[in-house]
Amino acid sequence: MAAIDIAHLCRLAQLALDDAETRAVQGDLARIIAMVDQMQAVDTSGIEPLAHPLEGVQRLRPDLVTETVEPARYQSIAPAVEDGLYLVPRVVE
Amino acid sequence: MSTPEPTAFTPLAALARGLRERRWSSRELTRHFLDRIARHDGALRSFITVTEERALAQADAADRRLAAGAATPLTGIPIAHKDLFCTDGVLTTCGSRMLANFTAPYDATVVARLDAAGAVTLGKTNMDEFAMGSSNENSWFGPVGNPWDPTRVPGGSSGGSAAAVAAGLAPVATGTDTGGSIRQPAAFCGLAGIKPTYGRVSRYGMVAFASSLDQAGVFGHDVADLAAMLAFMCGHDPLDSTSSDVPDPWLMQAADTPPAAPARAPVIGLPREYFSGLGTGADALDAARRVLEAAGCRFRDISLPHSPMAIPAYYIIAGAEASTNLSRYDGVRFGHRCENPQNLEDLYRRSRTEGFGMEVKRRILTGTYALSVGYFDAYYVKAQQLRRLIQNDFLAAFADVDLILTPTAPGVAFPRGDLADDPIAMYQQDIFTVPASLAGLPAMSLPCGFHAGLPLGLQLIGPHFGERALLETGALFQRDTDWHRRHPEGFPA
Repeated sequence: MAAIDIAHLCRLAQLALDDAETRAVQGDLARIIAMVDQMQAVDTSGIEPLAHPLEGVQRLRPDLVTETVEPARYQSIAPAVEDGLYLVPRVVE
Repeated sequence: MSTPEPTAFTPLAALARGLRERRWSSRELTRHFLDRIARHDGALRSFITVTEERALAQADAADRRLAAGAATPLTGIPIAHKDLFCTDGVLTTCGSRMLANFTAPYDATVVARLDAAGAVTLGKTNMDEFAMGSSNENSWFGPVGNPWDPTRVPGGSSGGSAAAVAAGLAPVATGTDTGGSIRQPAAFCGLAGIKPTYGRVSRYGMVAFASSLDQAGVFGHDVADLAAMLAFMCGHDPLDSTSSDVPDPWLMQAADTPPAAPARAPVIGLPREYFSGLGTGADALDAARRVLEAAGCRFRDISLPHSPMAIPAYYIIAGAEASTNLSRYDGVRFGHRCENPQNLEDLYRRSRTEGFGMEVKRRILTGTYALSVGYFDAYYVKAQQLRRLIQNDFLAAFADVDLILTPTAPGVAFPRGDLADDPIAMYQQDIFTVPASLAGLPAMSLPCGFHAGLPLGLQLIGPHFGERALLETGALFQRDTDWHRRHPEGFPA
């Protein structure tokens, strides 16, 4: 098996690991993937994937307004807000 | 003349009777458990937040409701919530630094329904970060001790709820179970713990880990206590589109009429895959089988041939769903934000890196790998195909048997630190609980003996929406055994 590209996965997942952590995770992930590779021993051709245990259909409801938006309430726990907007570092110079 | 005092291990029905007959007030009962938390929890760390003022206010409201004759069987009963149920105005941390500053702006449906019934919330219990773990060692707020031996783990991820109930710091507590997070800690702490059918209880306001697996449930000593709590927790919720609209009239009245032994003793399957090579606990399970046999249950050997694939399939599916669910933690709208972000990328990356612990990062990366280009079919789709084969095994078995009996965990509670450096060995803790999770089946752990002074659990698995059969058979087992009446010595009633 090719070595797992931890740096690539970290970029996708927006995580930063230092060198020691990267080495540790490299080893752990290699063992985890080797463990899950046991799955390949079972022939699953023609088996429909099961995404949800009850396979329920999404229900419909009357198209009525049931919730009110309370920005002040939900923004009271935000790290930084101004005039009802969430503040982040400048994106466009 | 003295009033008889409630003990820390009095069943809910007796606590409720005492409230109705004015032998104690909800305030006295609440004070009793708050005092026990103050006295004992320093050593256990089972609570992250104790909501003393709020609890006493709820208790006073419950006392008024009792006086007005408008009480439910839970009115005035103190309970605890795992710290991943959102509680309006109360810290909801999910055991993570990421949410260490998160005061929930609304109630989870489970919390709202138990509040409406009049239950009193003592506080929020410790847990593995984002419910990822089997030992409660992955909490930002520190590890939880097992009341039977505080140098050992209580199991996870709902280890705080399990330890709190086992030590008599709360009569019952909620938990959640994605791959065994109620059943394994119940077994390790000598408690009854039930994970209902997927969809039986609303997930609204539960911090999500793996959405196709997560399900809320309960810890208690008696099966009747589990049923009383579920009676109020269960039922369709328009706020959770995956919550089931199959009503269960029996379960909904189970707080008023506790489960009794079933009218017809069930036929119980013993899956050979779960028993081959079982060392610790084999004798206790054999004794449990004989107890049930003496009460009229019949046993049949069955096979669930795809069981060995459950752990690999689970760690792909749960990792994939977790990596998706946890992408919402970006330091923008709530939760941890890093200091002085240089740009948006830096804000995301450092907030997440600082906010998540190592096990959460491992699972996010595993899930990211399984979902990445070139690996999606080989891992994610493959795991979902195996999930169907595992579910088919159970459906075939339930054509012949009413319930399935297995061990809950491969051993007893292990010493803290023993598996901390070996994620694969830690994942094997879930080997007997994960299959029912993948299939969405209800399952319950009950105390069934001891090994070297530590509790052992048996697991009963039922067909979809078969909570009644589980709880009634559990009532039968507890009628004829007293394992659930044993309590750890360090926490006298």
